[in-house]
Amino acid sequence: MVTDLVIAAIRAIVMLLLVLNLSAILLWFERKGSALIQDRIGANRASVLGVGARLGLPNLGIVNTLLADPIKMFTKEDFVPDGADRLLHGLAPFLALFPVLVTFAVVPIGDTVTIAGHRFDLVAADFSDAALYVLASIGVGVYGIALGGWASNNRLALLGGIRASAQMISYEIAMGLAIIAVVATYGTLSLQTMVREQGGVWFGWLPRWGVMLQPIAFLLLLIAGMAESKRVPFDLPESESELVAGYYTEYSGGKQAVFMLTDFAEVTLVAMLITTFFFGGWQVPWLYRDGFHLPGGALVPIPYWAVVVLGVIAFWIKTIFFCCLQILIRWTMPRFRYDQLMRLGWKLLVPLGLLNLVATAIVVVMAGS
Amino acid sequence: MPLWLFIFLAALAVLSALGVILQRNAVHCLMALVLTLLDIAVMFIGLGAVTVGFLQAIVYVGAIMVLFLFVIWLLNLQVEDRPPAHLALKLFGSIGAAALVAELCTFVVKAPSTAGLSRLPAGFGSIGSLAESLFTDYLIAFEMTSLLLLVAVIGAIALARRPAPARSESAAAMPEKQIGSL
Repeated sequence: MVTDLVIAAIRAIVMLLLVLNLSAILLWFERKGSALIQDRIGANRASVLGVGARLGLPNLGIVNTLLADPIKMFTKEDFVPDGADRLLHGLAPFLALFPVLVTFAVVPIGDTVTIAGHRFDLVAADFSDAALYVLASIGVGVYGIALGGWASNNRLALLGGIRASAQMISYEIAMGLAIIAVVATYGTLSLQTMVREQGGVWFGWLPRWGVMLQPIAFLLLLIAGMAESKRVPFDLPESESELVAGYYTEYSGGKQAVFMLTDFAEVTLVAMLITTFFFGGWQVPWLYRDGFHLPGGALVPIPYWAVVVLGVIAFWIKTIFFCCLQILIRWTMPRFRYDQLMRLGWKLLVPLGLLNLVATAIVVVMAGS
Repeated sequence: MPLWLFIFLAALAVLSALGVILQRNAVHCLMALVLTLLDIAVMFIGLGAVTVGFLQAIVYVGAIMVLFLFVIWLLNLQVEDRPPAHLALKLFGSIGAAALVAELCTFVVKAPSTAGLSRLPAGFGSIGSLAESLFTDYLIAFEMTSLLLLVAVIGAIALARRPAPARSESAAAMPEKQIGSL
């Protein structure tokens, strides 16, 4: 009983720390990556006692973004504007961050392992209705943004909050339709079962990844996911040329850092969901429980623990790839106009999602009978 | 669901429901309502109706309450100075509340004993069993409800639609307004 509790706590804490660290590292990715994309140098000044320079290493801005910036943020004055709703103003960043972080609990990062006689999957909370849980917690995420904008007593922040909530509930529909199509394809709500279904190959060489079955749902989830994380080209809620910083205009210091962390956690979440639904999660191509079955028919045997480790590594590589893809898109695209945003969401993505769902349902029923 | 958890959730539901009616700030009331609905969603899940619980969270908390928030902002509701004190309203409100309390008491007293009940059947509350009863036993009611919602959607669009501007005006570069041009 106690061991079970300890294992459950460790699974939750490890997942949380992995996600928080990846979200922080994404900040560095974004700062240096945007510099690369825009042909700038980017953060390259701060160092700890000049150690890197003395050793002749190039300054990659890691100290800037991962050490100096957070220290700066958390030591700034935490300012609450006059006439703000102090309770909701303080609560809003955490209302935004919490639903995103709890969603990671159901994302499987590896196969089943046995430790000290306890068999469990490498996922923080393994339950069968995970896809519904993902939809529910994404839906709850609107409140932090909306209330942050409202509680600041600032018209620009309020506009940002309204835009954000309108955008998020619009694109949630497309996102839900994409996820429902995937659920219909695999006939399960459990993310771990979906990943297991994506093991193996077609025609002897093609990995059975979900993107082959549901390419439209993949595009829908990618676009709607980027809209959910409110980044360029969907960053109207915080478009700095019109709204200063949108819903977090009146936030400073630690609370603003929490909003930024929410953004990066959402990027990570979208990358993980895409990986899990469409790119085989922790599945490595041609890798089975006993080793690699290469397309030619050759078998490279590998012990089971190494298979699990390779799976976890594959999951993180895929996740980081999709994080980088989102950062690349962010620094490449211009911002949508508001009517374009709404037209894309309601007149293109939602009908496309409905058609995809109907087509999926017909194929599933035909294949079943 | 263990008894202590049920008592905790029930107490939280009552407290947050009181928060809905006792606070003066409309947005604070709304957040209390959100908490109530989430709490009830968790109770559904704990009592075995997993799908219904998640749908409660997705539909009520994730969508309907956000629309409430929009309406509060749209009407620009400020903090109420004092409750509306119309005597007739108070009278009828009290009668209605008393009727509800009487109904609830009757229901609790007359409720069948749970002693003889067996455990939940396997698969109870799963999305499969829910879909099966929706699409077999309750198919007509279900389809009628969706028809009703469709009519409501079409009606809302018809009401919100602006009359098409005269041709000369539309040519004069009037920016096209879409559904959500808030």
